[in-house]
Amino acid sequence: MRTIVLLGPQRLQPTLVQAVETVGVEGPIAAVTAGWEEREDEIDELKSHLGRRVVNLHIHARSEDVYRRDPEFLKAWQERRGRLRDLQEIHRLRLDHLMRALRDLRKIDGREELLAPERDSALEDVRRLDDGHVRRTDEILEEFESRWVPRQRDAVAEHHRELSKIAGECGAIAVAGGNVAVLLNRMRLFDVMGIFRRQTVFAWSAGAMAMTDRVVIYHDDPPWGRGNPIILGSGFGLCPGIVALPHAHRRLNLERPSRLRLWHERFEPRQCVAFDDGAWLIARGGRFVASAGGVRRFGHDGHLSEFLAA
Amino acid sequence: MTLALREFLASKEDLDERAVRKFVREHGSPIVEGDTITFLFHGDVDEVHLRHFIYSLPSTSAFERVAGTNLWFLRLEVPRGSRIEYKLEVAAGRQRRMIRDPLNDKLAHDPYGANSVCHASGYSTPSWTQPDPESRAGTMESFDLKSAALGGDRHIEVYLPARMRATRRYPLLIVFDGADYLHFAGMKTILDNLIHRHELEQMIVAFTQSPDRMKEYAADEAMSRFVAHELLPAMEGKYPLRPGRQFRGLMGASLGGVVSLSTAWRHPKKFGKLMLQSGSFAFTDIGRTAKHPVLLPVVDWMKEFREKPGHPAEKIFISCGVYEGLIYENRSLVPLLEKTGMEVRFTEARDGHNWENWRDRLREGLCWLFPGPLGLVYE
Repeated sequence: MRTIVLLGPQRLQPTLVQAVETVGVEGPIAAVTAGWEEREDEIDELKSHLGRRVVNLHIHARSEDVYRRDPEFLKAWQERRGRLRDLQEIHRLRLDHLMRALRDLRKIDGREELLAPERDSALEDVRRLDDGHVRRTDEILEEFESRWVPRQRDAVAEHHRELSKIAGECGAIAVAGGNVAVLLNRMRLFDVMGIFRRQTVFAWSAGAMAMTDRVVIYHDDPPWGRGNPIILGSGFGLCPGIVALPHAHRRLNLERPSRLRLWHERFEPRQCVAFDDGAWLIARGGRFVASAGGVRRFGHDGHLSEFLAA
Repeated sequence: MTLALREFLASKEDLDERAVRKFVREHGSPIVEGDTITFLFHGDVDEVHLRHFIYSLPSTSAFERVAGTNLWFLRLEVPRGSRIEYKLEVAAGRQRRMIRDPLNDKLAHDPYGANSVCHASGYSTPSWTQPDPESRAGTMESFDLKSAALGGDRHIEVYLPARMRATRRYPLLIVFDGADYLHFAGMKTILDNLIHRHELEQMIVAFTQSPDRMKEYAADEAMSRFVAHELLPAMEGKYPLRPGRQFRGLMGASLGGVVSLSTAWRHPKKFGKLMLQSGSFAFTDIGRTAKHPVLLPVVDWMKEFREKPGHPAEKIFISCGVYEGLIYENRSLVPLLEKTGMEVRFTEARDGHNWENWRDRLREGLCWLFPGPLGLVYE
C-alpha cells in the first residue's frame, strides 16, 4: 500500500529525513522543486539534509523547454492560464459578497428563529459557490486535456519518457513547496504523479497542499488588506479529506474562535489541518495512520486541537 | 519643556558652554519623548525659527533661548506616527538664513535640495524601502521616443522584473515624474523588494519625466495623447505586455496625480488602475480661481471632470498627507469617484507633500492595484 507523508515547512525545522527514516525508503529520491520556479536547481540544502542520492526532476525547466519548442501549445496553455485566472477573480468577487452577508448575519442580534435558518442558508451559499468553483476549474482543465492531449505533443512526450525512466530508479518522490499554482500546473503537464504512482511521496508546504483534493489559499495579513480564504481548485487527491494549511501560525490569525469555526464549517466534511514547522502526517491507502510534531486541526468549537490519526 | 531638557536645566546651577555642548552632543535634535518633540539649536544667534511644512499650523515657530546660554529650544506636540520635514531659519545680526538642522543627520531629498526630517514616536522608515540583499534586482533600460503630440524626443526609463520570462506577459505601469520616483522615492529598490516578497505582481514599469511638468501635467491634453497614443503603443511594441486596460496603470504625485487621472479620463478604455498621490486636484464650486496660476488649467479640467466623471478606471488608489493643504481636495474627490462605481481606496498619512510620504505609501497602493502571488506561495 502506497505511503504518503505530508509535512509542514522545512526551512527552519527540517523533519524530512526523520520522516524518510521512519517510513523507510530504498533507492534515490526524486525531487520536484517546480514551486520554486527559476530557483528549482537550488537543492543542495535538500541533498545535504537527506544525505542520500536526490534526482532533481527539473519539472519547471522541462515545462519551459516545452513552451519554447511548441509555440502552438504554449499559446493554448497561456489561454488556459488566463481563463483560470479570470475565473478566480470572478469567484473572489462573488465570494466576498457572500462572506460579507454571512458575517453580517452572524453579527446581528434579532429573532433567533428567523436568523438561524438564514445563517445556515448563507453558509450553504458559500459552500455551494466553493463547489461550483472547483467544478468550473476542473472543467477548464479537462477541456484542455481532451483538446490538446499534452502527452501526444512531441516535446511533452519526450520529457514524459525521460521522467518515466527516472521513476524506475527511484524509491520515493519529494515534492517541495513554493508557488502552489505553478507546482500543480507544471506537475500536471507531465502527469508526474501518474508516472510516480508507485513511489512513496513526501510533500511539504505547497507540496502537501497539492496532494489533497481541494487546495485553499489564504493569508490574513497581505499588504492590500485581508481577504477571504479562496479555493484554487482541485489537487491530486491522494490525501482527500483534509485542507492542508502550511504556515498556519504565520499566515492566519488563529486567536479568534469565530474565524476558526467558520473555516471548519465552510470546508467540512474536510478537516482543516494546520501544518506548522515540525508537523508531519502519514497516510496509507487514503487513511491517515500516524502523525508527529503537533499536527493540529480546526475544531467546530473554534479551537485548535491535536489531529488524531486513526 | 520635555523631560530630558527639563532635567538638564534643573541639574545645573551654572549652565556653562561645556555642559550645553555635552547635552546637545548626547541628545542631538529633535528629542522625541512620547508625543512631545523638542527641537534644539546651539549657536550664537539672535533668533531661531522652525520652518516646517505642516499645513494648518503657523508655518514658522520661534525657538526660546535658555537664559544665559547659546542653547535654543522649541517644543511641539506631534501625533504619533508623524513624519515632519523642516528647516531652521536662523537670524544673526542682519543676516537671516534657512539651514538644515545641524544637530540632525536625518535628511530627505527632493528636486529642490534636502530637508531635515523628524520622525515622531511610532514612525520608522519601512524596511521594504531599504535595499535587501536577498531581493533579486530587476534591470533598467531606456529608449527615446519621438513624440508628435509633445514635439521632440522623450526619454523613457523602463524597469524589467528580475525573473522576466519570454513566455509570460506582464502588466504595465506608467509613472509620471518617473526620474524623481526613482531618485527620491527609491522606487526601483521598492519594486525589487515587493516583487521578491511576492507582494507585488511581476510587472514592467515605464518611468517618464517632463521638461515642463507645470504645463504638461496640469491636465494637458497633449500629454494625455502622448501617453495613450504614443507611449503605450511603443511599450506594447517593445515588451511582452498583457492586453486590456485591467493590466495597465498610471501613477503620479502632485500634478502627476492630475495628469494620471486626466489621461485615464480622456482615454477611458486604456488604463484600468490609477495611483494618485497627493494629487493637485484644485477645484472651485464657483468662479475660476486657484492658489497658484499654474493650477488654473487644472481648475478648468476639474470642472469638466466633476460634471462628467465617467468611468476612467476600474481601481483607484489615492493617498494624501494630512499635513498638506491638498488634503481637502483629495478627501472631497473620494466620494465623487466612488459614486461612479469604481473601486476606490483612500489612505491618509501623518506626513506632508514630499517624496518620502509618497515612497511610504507605495507598498499599500501598488500591492492593492497589482497584488502579487503571496497567497499562492508556501515555501
